[in-house]
Amino acid sequence: MSSDLRELYQTVILDHYKKPRNFGPLAGATCVAEGRNPLCGDHIKVYARVAGDTVEAVGFEGSGCAISTASASLMTQIAKGKSRAEIDAIGARFHDLVTGGAQANPDALAALGKLEVLAGVREFPARVKCATLVWHALRAALDGRGGAVSTETDE
Amino acid sequence: MSRTSPARSERSAERLTDLEVAHLRADFPILDQKVHGKPLAYLDNANTTQKPLAVIDAESRFYASDYAGVHRAVYELAERATRAYENGRNAVRRLLNAPDAHEVILLRGTTEAINLVASSFSRACVGAGDEILITAMEHHSNLVPWQMACEAHGARLVVAPIDDRGELILDELESRIGPRTRLVAVAHVSNSLGTVNPVSEIVEMAHAQRVPVLVDGAQGAPHMPVDVQALGCDFYAFSGHKLYGPSGIGALWGRRELLEAMPPWQGGGAMIENVTFEKTTYAGIPARFEAGTPNIAGAVGLAAAIDYVQAIGLERIAAHEQHLLAYATALLGEIPGLRIIGTASEKAGVLSFVLDGVHAHDIATILDREGVAVRAGHHCAQPVMERFGVAATVRASFGVYNTREEIDVLASGLRTVIEVFG
Repeated sequence: MSSDLRELYQTVILDHYKKPRNFGPLAGATCVAEGRNPLCGDHIKVYARVAGDTVEAVGFEGSGCAISTASASLMTQIAKGKSRAEIDAIGARFHDLVTGGAQANPDALAALGKLEVLAGVREFPARVKCATLVWHALRAALDGRGGAVSTETDE
Repeated sequence: MSRTSPARSERSAERLTDLEVAHLRADFPILDQKVHGKPLAYLDNANTTQKPLAVIDAESRFYASDYAGVHRAVYELAERATRAYENGRNAVRRLLNAPDAHEVILLRGTTEAINLVASSFSRACVGAGDEILITAMEHHSNLVPWQMACEAHGARLVVAPIDDRGELILDELESRIGPRTRLVAVAHVSNSLGTVNPVSEIVEMAHAQRVPVLVDGAQGAPHMPVDVQALGCDFYAFSGHKLYGPSGIGALWGRRELLEAMPPWQGGGAMIENVTFEKTTYAGIPARFEAGTPNIAGAVGLAAAIDYVQAIGLERIAAHEQHLLAYATALLGEIPGLRIIGTASEKAGVLSFVLDGVHAHDIATILDREGVAVRAGHHCAQPVMERFGVAATVRASFGVYNTREEIDVLASGLRTVIEVFG
């Protein structure tokens, strides 16, 4: 197996794929949004419970590949207890991470914590949308755009 | 089940020898390359096919020596270009054994051909309360245009179901043809399941109630001999790019009396007889449906592609692909946790499958690193995926240049997938 494949499908990602955290409808959710990838039919739903400016909890459900499921699972962990502004900042850095934009900026990478395991995605351009779909959906949920976001219409 | 479709007769044809396949692979320059350091195994032929030098050269020669606008000018180049373009139409007539080249409309491909019929035929023949009958295995391109037409005319889209093997349930289909049915639209071969439909039988059922039948031949024409007169259908659509020809060219064959009764589709140059500000009269077929400057070089490339497959023989191509399908079905069947989606008794060279606990996208990514090009997703047939309770499948689909060795690489790649996902 090639090293970039091993980097993409590392243990942490497979673990979150097989045992996704915070999976299922979230009790007391205050907002929800759906994300779809029309190219592959993947479909996820993201729930968040917000009090004031704090995102108390995030959950998700749906079917997806290892990358999208692990990305969602990791996101629910890192978003918990953060403010909207913090989540926006992490989302932007994460986007840089998986598209290769953050390579020159190690400080930004450090702030991503466990999300860094998804860095291998940058070697697989066709899979970037798998990793970012759930972040678009969380953003839509927090912005009160309760409908569906798509990998083909949202940036 | 009695079958009169030519799909049956191909079984007696001799398949290509390994040596013949090796020789014809050399006709396709793109196949001779490595991806990610591994020899390319191109197994996505139901999506699109690669092009032999005969096609690439025919287009390039045409641009270098004979190109001009068609059907308009009197000078030598224009006459040559017109002859070359019409030669493409004749090649399609020959490929489909259509009675008359005037019944062949050259278009962008299957999607455009079906949209033409859905738009123009429906305007002439479909009204409020009428019905269009399709099947549960249609590609979105033989579904969405009819949905749009039904919406425009207040008609109803009726769907004939399929069974767990991916075969049409013919009794159910027949029972859905009624006095309000205006057209039956059915795939010759399912792009996601590989099922070869008994088109002649369906045509008999529909014609018994005077209902015309459109056949989506996108996965049919490239993989088996097609005779529209033997099938008895009323429209047949296919794409050049799936038949080793250029992209952006394909054809619709339709019965003269139906085409002549249909109003023009797009307006513009070439499709008129006489134009004044008060009134325009339209050209006869096929010009009426070919507004604007067509894909002239595409038609030249398509003719070369048709010559290419006919020189090999579509019976033999079909026999070769049946051989690969049987080999792949047996080999992949040994892989633990692998389930084949689409197990009809009559199949073309399409193998759709899922693997326990691994998403199709991840499988395709890992296979790509082994040099294997397959499609992962819903294959533009989301209702089919839903019918089988899967979000997506991996699809390996075979063409004239594929080998057993490439299927071996596919199988060993799938064992790597299992290793990764443990």
